[in-house]
Amino acid sequence: MILEVKNLSYRYTEKDRVILDNFSFAMTNKERLGLVAPSGVGKTTLCKLIGGYLKPDQGEILLDGKPITEYRGYCPIQMIWQQPEMAVNPRLKMKEVLAEGDEVEERVIRGLGIEEDWLNRFPAELSGGEMQRFSIARSLGKRTRFLIADEISTMLDLITQSQIWNFVLKEVKDREIGLIAVSHSQPLLDKICTRQIRL
Amino acid sequence: MKKKKLMNRRQKVLFGLCFSVLFLIAICIAGVLCTEEARVTDFSRKNIAPCLQYLFGTDWLGRDMLVRTLKGMSLSIFIGILSAVISAVIALILGIASATMGKRVDGFITWLIDLIMGIPHMLLLILISVALGKGFKGVVIGVAFTHWTSLARLIRAEVIQLKESSYIKIAEKLGKSKWYIAKKHMLPHLIPQFVVGLVLIFPHAILHESSITFLGFGLSTEQPAIGIILSEAMKYLVMGKWWLALFPGLFLVLTVILFYVLGESLRKLIDPGSVHE
Repeated sequence: MILEVKNLSYRYTEKDRVILDNFSFAMTNKERLGLVAPSGVGKTTLCKLIGGYLKPDQGEILLDGKPITEYRGYCPIQMIWQQPEMAVNPRLKMKEVLAEGDEVEERVIRGLGIEEDWLNRFPAELSGGEMQRFSIARSLGKRTRFLIADEISTMLDLITQSQIWNFVLKEVKDREIGLIAVSHSQPLLDKICTRQIRL
Repeated sequence: MKKKKLMNRRQKVLFGLCFSVLFLIAICIAGVLCTEEARVTDFSRKNIAPCLQYLFGTDWLGRDMLVRTLKGMSLSIFIGILSAVISAVIALILGIASATMGKRVDGFITWLIDLIMGIPHMLLLILISVALGKGFKGVVIGVAFTHWTSLARLIRAEVIQLKESSYIKIAEKLGKSKWYIAKKHMLPHLIPQFVVGLVLIFPHAILHESSITFLGFGLSTEQPAIGIILSEAMKYLVMGKWWLALFPGLFLVLTVILFYVLGESLRKLIDPGSVHE
């Protein structure tokens, strides 16, 4: 599968500055792309555009030559949000959050270090890092072809970071999922990515 | 050393909840049981001040005021529940419609809410009740049509906020249907709002029912509603028969307070975070 981003432009409102201007790139599902840029340049905006959460002002995002807006049902491009607190419904138990994913395998759940006991808790009873594991697991469903990781490890300690990234890296390599990783940590991107782009 | 408290906060709330529910149910049952007694007149015992045999005294026709108060209260509670439920259902439907069915529907419903809120409650209530020929039907429909506005606003705001929340957008991307999202994601947020809103409409409904009946635009005089009892008692107050108005009035206030306690306790139990707001 090929993900193409063509001449993408975006700004939030008419008066705002242009966040993305004529931005293009292409990648396959065997690549791992790193996005590097200072704060406020539009990394998250780009992620949301590719993930289909925002509509571009100009340009298009194609998946195998077909615009992503034409994909109905489960979207093959899944995004992991930076703040897990906002990505899970505070009134749903964690096992229901997991059940929303596309038949998430037991291996993924265990690989991310999710404990049995957490499944029956509400999001408020978990820490940010614990919650983030759920939101990663949820997006690693069966039909995911591309994964967007928007600063998924910023709130974690170094040991947990490496544990999670090791698993995610192995998973995307094994299943040939294309990865778009955003991070401020240059060493991390150097380690996991096959290619890097500066915005 | 600090003295150990008798009950913690949760237990206090639960106690308040149980007490008000039991009390209100007791009034309703007592009211249903003494329908006939409330109408019985007995001239041999008229105008008796409160004593052990007649706790609330008797009126100028020799009717037992305790029985009449209970009957009147149960009637008020019944009307209150009926109109509060209708009101809350209207609020739920219009609130959700307003938030989900596009700009024009939203504009119309918000306009309607502003319109109804702009007219004084009592005035609109009297108009509707009189137009429908007063009586039971007029009062219930009148109260129901004037009390849904604030709850509808609340539900509209909640749904709009939910629609924009990231977890619902994520669920859409995970290929979940609209029905699934409404059921799994929206309902758990709306039910507490709805239930508490519903219970908190009761006291308003009861007070308005009593006031409109008191003013003579509500229930007919043969029904021993609290409003009727109070308005009839007005004539006798100057003659020093204070018990005719005092006890029914007190009971009305008590019922309203209990419903308020009930609503607030429910809110604290369902949504503990709101206590700190």
